[in-house]
Amino acid sequence: MPLTPDQKKELEAQMQEYVGKPISEPTPGRDVVNEPMIRQWCDAMGDTNPAYLDPDAAKSSVHGDLVAPPTMLQAWTMEGFSMHEGYDEPRNNEHRLHKLLTEHGYTSVVATNTEQGYTRYLKPGDTVTAETFIDEISEEKATALGIGYFINTRTKFTDQDGEEVGWLTFRVLKFIPQQQPQQADASDTPASSAPARIAAPRGHDNSAWWAEVDAGKIPIQTCNQCGELFHPPRPMCGKCGAMDMGYVTSSGKGTIHTFTVIHHPQFPGYDFPILAVLVDLEEGTRLMSNMVDCKPEDLHVGMAVQGSVEEGEDGMKLPVFRRAG
Amino acid sequence: MTTSLSFSDVSVGDELPPLDVPLTASIIVGGALASRDYTPVHHDRAAANAAGMGDVFMNILTTNGYVGRYVTDWAGTDAQIKGLAIKLGTPNLPGDTMKMRGKVTEAGADGTVVVEVVGKNSWGNHVEGTVTVALPVGG
Repeated sequence: MPLTPDQKKELEAQMQEYVGKPISEPTPGRDVVNEPMIRQWCDAMGDTNPAYLDPDAAKSSVHGDLVAPPTMLQAWTMEGFSMHEGYDEPRNNEHRLHKLLTEHGYTSVVATNTEQGYTRYLKPGDTVTAETFIDEISEEKATALGIGYFINTRTKFTDQDGEEVGWLTFRVLKFIPQQQPQQADASDTPASSAPARIAAPRGHDNSAWWAEVDAGKIPIQTCNQCGELFHPPRPMCGKCGAMDMGYVTSSGKGTIHTFTVIHHPQFPGYDFPILAVLVDLEEGTRLMSNMVDCKPEDLHVGMAVQGSVEEGEDGMKLPVFRRAG
Repeated sequence: MTTSLSFSDVSVGDELPPLDVPLTASIIVGGALASRDYTPVHHDRAAANAAGMGDVFMNILTTNGYVGRYVTDWAGTDAQIKGLAIKLGTPNLPGDTMKMRGKVTEAGADGTVVVEVVGKNSWGNHVEGTVTVALPVGG
């Protein structure tokens, strides 16, 4: 059930009470910076930097001694195993804020941004203490994942002497998931089957054109009565009015009439940037397609190109163009 | 890895060697636990399903770890990471591959270099951001 405007106002007022407040007293890490945790981290990340793993190599490096990967900063003060319990029994203000949102239907959470600064590298034996504040809560936003609120926190990390060793800001989205919760089912299809390109729609007017492409040809529609060429295909000759249409095969030779380099938005299934070219075919008519084996900066109007039909990994056959010669 | 880049070895526009990370449930769970992040969606498929995801997905600390590793794999032992700023996009799920690519976008006279890093999976950019790293200046 979506919230009524009054309920939403009430929720947002309750949320704002958390802004600017620490989530708890400063929290010391459960363990000092230590080699076993560093090794476990490096194993999981495939990191073989000797500065983290080899005391002798580390001594002769700029670090002067074994150090922890700086990106581990946050790991030293993470709560650990009890995090699996969730927020039903909140253990700090951040949990309380998350629980408040969960109770209003914003059940999912995902991290979206982090910025971190490392004042110095940590060494085994250092103690790390984190102090986290709730910095900002956005207005309600519609995102690809669902509707929700962005919550920004800021954390300062200090060592055993009270000196700052680093800081971070962390942004999470607390949201209403778009998909309904599903039963876990081991027989599910793989979660990450890669998205494919969208196949060209084929209808009465253009399916014969695509059938020619499937046969490896670059077709141009022609009027069987007067010989006029057309693209895209159509049911009737625009010149003589005949409805007797056929196809000739282009040599694929042409020149770039105009082009565009598409960087955004990046739809899944396509490689970006896309080099979209409009080609003047030597027989006449223009064909829009992709330029391949060409750098965006080398594209220019008037460039001589050669077309050919190629089959992608997804089995889709398309005419593509390359620089001629 | 015994060599380290010096500031004089680096120019704006230099590209980092590509790194393709084959994503497995083991890497995702291993990274979550190594970063002490026991949020269930990163190790429990049923919890991930309940959150609307097809499977366990990589936590941001692991992404962070890979971004840092990617830069120091290139820059070497004497590089010092000063900071980073990353934005997460499409989730990293088992069975996919994260293709990491990087490029030097700034080089300050004090030896500070900014590297732009992108980690792309089959759904789009999992991570994009910048890493600021200090390289040794002079011999």
